[in-house]
Amino acid sequence: MPLTDSLRDDILASVPSLRAFAISLSGNGDRADDLVQETLLRALANIDSFQVGSNLPAWLFTILRNLFRSDYRKRRREVEDADGSYAKTLKTQPAQNAHLEFEEFRAALEKLPQDQREALILVGASGFSYEDAATICGCAVGTIKSRVNRARSKLSALLYVDGAEDFGPDDTVRAVIGGSGG
Amino acid sequence: MKDVKPKGGLNAEIQSRIGHQLRAMYDDVVRQGVPDRFAELIRKLDGAEAQAQIAGDPGKNEGGE
Repeated sequence: MPLTDSLRDDILASVPSLRAFAISLSGNGDRADDLVQETLLRALANIDSFQVGSNLPAWLFTILRNLFRSDYRKRRREVEDADGSYAKTLKTQPAQNAHLEFEEFRAALEKLPQDQREALILVGASGFSYEDAATICGCAVGTIKSRVNRARSKLSALLYVDGAEDFGPDDTVRAVIGGSGG
Repeated sequence: MKDVKPKGGLNAEIQSRIGHQLRAMYDDVVRQGVPDRFAELIRKLDGAEAQAQIAGDPGKNEGGE
């Protein structure tokens, strides 16, 4: 369909979640924003192929996901910027404990195989159904389900078994422990 | 501390904590809204211009902060 004002508004409304998806995938804020820009350009250039009434966020996420995968193939040999570039994308820096916990979670997420990571993010954070996530990733619904399950198991092992001491309790528990000494 | 190791199914508490962390991370970015860079881009471009940008120099348009 042609780019109407309302479609333009809908695309704009998808930008925050596209950025969140891109950052979760790439772990790098600058690269994520480049991905989002490229996604928007592609979407606008191919807007005629978008079907009225179909799922716009799913369509945009599909474009971004495919761009990320081709980009990733190109860059896989490059050294990743692993030192906190994700945190720089935050407007307000979280408090230090929360920040640490956050970084460890992000680091664990990056250790997941790409297939599992994207499935987990789409279903667990973006709020897509398994069916939509399967469409976005171009695979079967059952495949998405098993990727999500494996992602959860692996994160759990990374954060709460092998790294249990590093990760520590959540904020509430931490506050109780921290406050009990006084 | 081998006793906490989940075998078949995942500990429900751990699962919900992972879900919470994941959404917290994601929502932090969502709450930032639409950076000016993208609002500008969409305002300016229609389909034809986007096509030209892709064909031309897609990485160059970094004017804003």
